[in-house]
Amino acid sequence: MHLSLDRLANVTGFGMTAGADGYLYRPTQVEEFHQILALAQQSGRQISLRGSGRSYGDANIGSESILLDITRFNRILDFDPTTGLINCEAGVTLEQLWRYTLESGFWPPVVSGTMFPTLGGALGMNLHGKNAFKAGPIGNHVTEIEVLFPNGNQEILTPEQPLFHQVISTAGLLGIILRVKLKMKRISSGDLRVLPISIPNWDGQFRVFEQEREQADYMVSWIDCFGRGKSAGRGLFHAGYYTEDPSPNPITLRPEHQDLPDTILTYFPKSIVWRFLKKLNNRPGMNFVNWAKYTSSRILGNGRPHPQSLVGFSFLLDYVPNWRLAYGSSGFIQYQTFVPAEHAPRVFARQLELQQATKLESFLGVMKRHIPDKFLFSHAVDGYSLALDFKITERNKDAVWRLAHQMNELVLEAGGRFYLAKDSTLTPEHFAQSIGMDALETYAKLKTTLDPQAILTSDLAKRLHLDPRA
Amino acid sequence: MPTKVIGQKAIIVGASSGIGAELARQIAEGGGLVATVARRTDRLQPLADKYPERVFPFTHDVTNYAEAPEVFQKCTDALGGLDFIIYCSGVMPEVGPHEYNTDKDLSMVDVNISGAVAWLNAAATRMESTGHGSIIGIGSVAGDRGRCAQPVYNSSKAFLHTYLEALRNRLAKKGVKVVTIKPGPTESEMTQGMKGTMPVKDAAAKIINLKDRTGEHYLKITHRIAFFIIKRIPSPIFRKLKI
Repeated sequence: MHLSLDRLANVTGFGMTAGADGYLYRPTQVEEFHQILALAQQSGRQISLRGSGRSYGDANIGSESILLDITRFNRILDFDPTTGLINCEAGVTLEQLWRYTLESGFWPPVVSGTMFPTLGGALGMNLHGKNAFKAGPIGNHVTEIEVLFPNGNQEILTPEQPLFHQVISTAGLLGIILRVKLKMKRISSGDLRVLPISIPNWDGQFRVFEQEREQADYMVSWIDCFGRGKSAGRGLFHAGYYTEDPSPNPITLRPEHQDLPDTILTYFPKSIVWRFLKKLNNRPGMNFVNWAKYTSSRILGNGRPHPQSLVGFSFLLDYVPNWRLAYGSSGFIQYQTFVPAEHAPRVFARQLELQQATKLESFLGVMKRHIPDKFLFSHAVDGYSLALDFKITERNKDAVWRLAHQMNELVLEAGGRFYLAKDSTLTPEHFAQSIGMDALETYAKLKTTLDPQAILTSDLAKRLHLDPRA
Repeated sequence: MPTKVIGQKAIIVGASSGIGAELARQIAEGGGLVATVARRTDRLQPLADKYPERVFPFTHDVTNYAEAPEVFQKCTDALGGLDFIIYCSGVMPEVGPHEYNTDKDLSMVDVNISGAVAWLNAAATRMESTGHGSIIGIGSVAGDRGRCAQPVYNSSKAFLHTYLEALRNRLAKKGVKVVTIKPGPTESEMTQGMKGTMPVKDAAAKIINLKDRTGEHYLKITHRIAFFIIKRIPSPIFRKLKI
């Protein structure tokens, strides 16, 4: 039996470095998910799950597989404005969530730097945000999921069941999350108090994170990866604090207060900004941009708290539409590693030195604080993460991969971890070492029971040997 | 050695001899993945044995059109995608100057035309959906004019040129490239005994270099010039010439 060729679609990961053709299905009903599973069994073809396609690497693509895209399966089924419990189909996005609940005084408990991920994708990867050091990953705030397993079972799982912590975080390779019940965070104002602090070096970075950890609700720091010597690790730290608004119907809770402006510097339509960024998207250009940003951070607003909307603070990546196109046709990779607090200063400093030695500095560096969680493929540690963006070209590709592998070694020596949503460079050995053999054995056992024919896959699963068929 | 094929996924239809076999060999050697399709599987096996990770042989007779979509899909499954397809199958039985043999003539129609349409339609369907890839057809300088020696071979290649041109016009806006290659006589089983043939190695290397250059291409500048003129010779004069 062969599938109709006109179902085929070419899709890429968000970084556009990995692409694949798959037979695209976008179901709207639960029965269709069952039919697609049956189709996979009959045709001997595998299924790759895809949400909004925001994973940077190859987690959301599967060569020649059935590409099960959940973006049309996106109804909000139920919301209780007294408790903040919301029940959604898995294709509901973070944007849908905040738009739906904000005026009732609720905000998603964990959000990424972009509002477009679906809940299904967010739980597959167990996404985190700038509040990871307090709130952990999004899975910590889920009270119930309904999962369709390839063995035909459809089950409701709650945090009391071990399987709940195993389905979440395993990149959609054990079961298809159909429905999610989530506890939203109660807020009384749509604005945060935001404190920017310009930081001269690595020491300053780690100090400010530890110092703000108790009071702050959100913490993130931008790192200028071109800073070297005494200035290595310089950047701009931001802490965000929830605020109280005493009025009964705060204006800040209206979506129109939250919406990002569609121009930049009042006049330039944002839709064209990426074209200008593209001109600067090279080593000297980005060296200059990073320097300019750091220099201005020391003068403008340093240490002075100001109010900022939740959307404006949270979804930095959505400020410039299509920003990824500024990286050019060969795309870019995101590289994020998680290192225990005691080793992070050494590992991050060394990662930066390696980049500078090879003249492959990341154009953007972002640092966050994390706490451990009990999900099977947890990426978090009691420590810090550093996320880096590398532009990929035909010429530098091999060198970037070599650099990534060198940086991986540092992370592994320090007992660190990696994040599948952002990975493009891991080898099966690196992944196994980071996650531990116990976790991998548990995964293999579960895979045999829940997905005996190894129907669920992705190019990432094949690359990391998480797909028994590969 | 062409380096443009590292990691690329290709289907070669008619890979058991001539240009097709050489193309398959060069792609596999250059680090690409290749699905080789031919009637004579025993001829495909040596290359597959040499590069078991990168060469996937499939037995198929291109005159069995109905089977083409299924074999096509088996190829793309084995490759895990598709970057380009080259249809190389072609026959040119010897035809006497006064011979009008319908069986012989229709055998050319079957292989050179119908097989090509079946395979390249499958590729076009896929590539129109994915918006990615190159379709390459091996035409011939022989398709540029109707000549005394090979009426049906000439017309079969003319058909292929026009069909590919139409595919090119359909698929251009989808980002899919359609390439017509017009080799002159090339060393192969088909041209045994002919003089002045191009070594098959050179022809294949040139074709690989042209695979993403949408449009029609001759392999020699002399062919390009000669056929620019030949195509423009008025019919009343052409029929008096011995070209």
